Amino acid sequence: MDFDKEYFNLGVLDTLSYKNTLIHRLDARTKVIATFAFIVTVVSFPKYEIAGLIPFFLFPAVIFSLGDIPFWFILKKVLVVSVFAVFIGIFNPLFDTHVMYDFLGIPVSGGWVSFFSILLKFFLTMCSALLLISTTSFPGICHALRKLGIPEIFISQLLFLYRYIFVLMEETLRMVRARDLRSFGKRGQGMSIFINLIGTLFIKTIERAERIYHAMLSRGFSGTIHFVKRDSLRKGDFLCLSITGVVLYIFRTYGIVSLIGRQAERMF
Amino acid sequence: MHMSDALLSPAVGVTFWAGTLGTIAYCSKKMKENLDEKMIPLMGVTGAFIFAAQMVNFTIPGTGSSGHLGGGMILAIILGPYAAFIVMASVLTMQALFFADGGLLALGCNIWNLGIYPCFIGYPLIYKPIVQKGMSPKRILVASLLSVFVGLQLGAFSVVLETLFSGRSELPFITFILLMQPIHLAIGVVEGFITAGVINFVKASRPELLESIAETKVLSPEIKVRKIVLAFLVIAIITGGIVSWFASSNPDGLEWSIERVYGKPELPQHETGIAALLKTIQERTAFLPDYTFKKKETSKEQETPGKEQMASAKGQEAPGNDVNAWPNVEAGTSVSGILGSVMMFSLIFLIGYGIKAIKKKGAKRRNGISHPAR
Amino acid sequence: MTHHIIDFKDVFFRYPDGTEALKGVSFRITHGESIGLVGANGAGKSTLLLQMNGYLLPSSGFINIGDLELTKKTRQDIRKKVGVVFQNPDDQLFMPTVYEDVAFGPLNLGMSAERVIDRVNSSLQTVGCLDLREKPPHHLSGGQKRAVAIATVLAMEPDILVMDEPSSDLDPKSRRYLMRLLKGFKHTKIIASHDLDFILEVCERCLVIKDGRIVADGTVSDILTNQSLLEENNLELPLSLQKTHIMDASAKGGLLPDPSHLHADSINRETGMATAASETCGVMEGTLK
Repeated sequence: MDFDKEYFNLGVLDTLSYKNTLIHRLDARTKVIATFAFIVTVVSFPKYEIAGLIPFFLFPAVIFSLGDIPFWFILKKVLVVSVFAVFIGIFNPLFDTHVMYDFLGIPVSGGWVSFFSILLKFFLTMCSALLLISTTSFPGICHALRKLGIPEIFISQLLFLYRYIFVLMEETLRMVRARDLRSFGKRGQGMSIFINLIGTLFIKTIERAERIYHAMLSRGFSGTIHFVKRDSLRKGDFLCLSITGVVLYIFRTYGIVSLIGRQAERMF
Repeated sequence: MHMSDALLSPAVGVTFWAGTLGTIAYCSKKMKENLDEKMIPLMGVTGAFIFAAQMVNFTIPGTGSSGHLGGGMILAIILGPYAAFIVMASVLTMQALFFADGGLLALGCNIWNLGIYPCFIGYPLIYKPIVQKGMSPKRILVASLLSVFVGLQLGAFSVVLETLFSGRSELPFITFILLMQPIHLAIGVVEGFITAGVINFVKASRPELLESIAETKVLSPEIKVRKIVLAFLVIAIITGGIVSWFASSNPDGLEWSIERVYGKPELPQHETGIAALLKTIQERTAFLPDYTFKKKETSKEQETPGKEQMASAKGQEAPGNDVNAWPNVEAGTSVSGILGSVMMFSLIFLIGYGIKAIKKKGAKRRNGISHPAR
Repeated sequence: MTHHIIDFKDVFFRYPDGTEALKGVSFRITHGESIGLVGANGAGKSTLLLQMNGYLLPSSGFINIGDLELTKKTRQDIRKKVGVVFQNPDDQLFMPTVYEDVAFGPLNLGMSAERVIDRVNSSLQTVGCLDLREKPPHHLSGGQKRAVAIATVLAMEPDILVMDEPSSDLDPKSRRYLMRLLKGFKHTKIIASHDLDFILEVCERCLVIKDGRIVADGTVSDILTNQSLLEENNLELPLSLQKTHIMDASAKGGLLPDPSHLHADSINRETGMATAASETCGVMEGTLK
């Protein structure tokens, strides 16, 4: 994983999150709750489920289009992180060899079915997480979490972290580039250099923290950070949440795919 | 390694989220009680530092492969356990969102796996006692290696347990263990050296910084071992309770997993008892409409007899035929299944592109009005 | 009027590691003055500034700001009167959006929600950044960050404005804008900077600090034309005053000055980074006899 690339991707997602579309304008709480409900529902399917998962693709499809999110960019990110899930999932066909289905004459073992189910779930859950951050600014998510009851110390930690990630990454990037430009092949990238690099970075970090603390004191800081209270729940949010809940329930409980399939069968 | 949503069941995911949130609340309370205001910006930037440092690669001597920093132990040593846990949780949260590292449900598991063990076991029970007797670089190295090692082993073991209890993976317990623990042993050694290296580096160049933070740290009292054991006991009981409740929806799956652990073809007597009880509970609480059930029964009849023979030959109930499991709509066996899937996807595509097309039209119209003849 | 007077009486300051950064600093600043603070790196500029709002307290001597003597108890109140704009805007903008950063001070002062909104809007208006309200700081350019940092301080309506290297990292346009902005402020201004042209334009009076002591205190026109004084302090004439010299030098085939004249920059203890501003100025075509 290339530092440059990761930093760039971080910036792209961050910029996307500040767009202004229908989805972006929804209250952050709506999106957070909906995303969690989506993930839990998808993940609640048993291990051999495939057809039942298919209707759930409607959710990312709608968000991609309404929210103006670049599809291939997100897809690439999902592929990049699929390593662990695939690595564990691929053992399923190895251990579960009893034949479950007859797919047009080819016997398919349960292992492959469950593996495919894992892949589908993986794609759906990863997409929803990335779509959440693409359509909701990180501070927005933090404020949503605060209103949902997460302790304030954690919230201000998240906000500070977010604020200074870009600063720190900039600093780190400069140091990493300097290192890489002066190392040849693997030499120069060893552990002791790494320790020096992040040791120096860490010292700078502590010094920066001192300066920030001074800045905070200079503007009257006395222990608690006062958050600007803004209420942004609107009718659209309640509507959205209810529709999401209903659709999730329907998709989870009814076999839409078989329904459609059998209707089609009858027609032909 | 990060746990992944796709390998989780809701029961396990929610349980660990409960544990994580509880710990976050606990740490927040502790910090509020004796907080030095300086900690707030320090925690924030240190989190950013760990985040950035985790993205820098280095080559591991001997192997030539590249490694990355974990950082949990460094945080615990510098900031103290409560602050470190909060920082670690925040870093993992950002990573889950921006890098899709694991997923949002698995985030609860990941914060637990990567935060609890270094902060509340590695640091207070291993690092601190060793270092209290003297802070020579050697002592720091030994303390780091041991605490990191224990932390990572426990974390890896947790991943195995989480996967096992979720029942989505077929990987047998022993195989998974044999896979995870050695890898994390190697990672632990590297991470231990780096942890010690960084601590010694800062101590050597700017010792006063560590001292000033030490004053700022929340006076972490000697975390009593008793308290920790008690906490884990409580969590275990809650976990067991919730897991068995939710497992009512998939008793066969749970039995099957347990069977894999024990390696017995049959379940011990009392387990069957629980399974039967759970089955009844599930039947009472299930809200399946009749139509889906009927469909299940007809398809079961259509199944080739060969399968039944194979199942009985293996001496176990083929887990795939858990008819009474939660809404289990069949996959593309029959033509209707395949046809349905294709049509569903087409429909979804149409909706997606339709929305886009409408948006484009709307934008064109708006631009046309705002930019007359150019 | 005793209001808004800054009075340093024989101020000494020693850091925990023993460094004596201030060795008997005395001066008096009255309401409405605009002061430039210049000196070599490591001379004590930053330490002096850190005393202005009580982040550091004098080891001995007195500091009076307004009617209050600076002590641990009074520094919270003094911070309401003295607004400090730091060298690095990233240190000063620590909230997720511009709005929240500017509102930080007023909220800490305990103002009501409506008054806070008013304050934020008027401060951002003053620096010309009202349209940046909802932006996160890392989406801003250097000049914008600088302007917003000033707004965060203005929002507290201080009487005294202290600024550390305000023009560093600014492109010429932003720098020009900042100059105009500061010239319009009625506050008492104390500006520490290596940018002597900036000080020439914005300030009336100039303090030169060397080795922890004030070695010169006079009008900007007296101090900043005193070539020998400036060069003793690792400075030189403001570039705008050097122009004639440069033209003469190049006509005569001028040479670069002997680099051994330049002292190695001591690592600036307070900021932790060596500022190379004076070096870059010094290496340009210098003055010749």
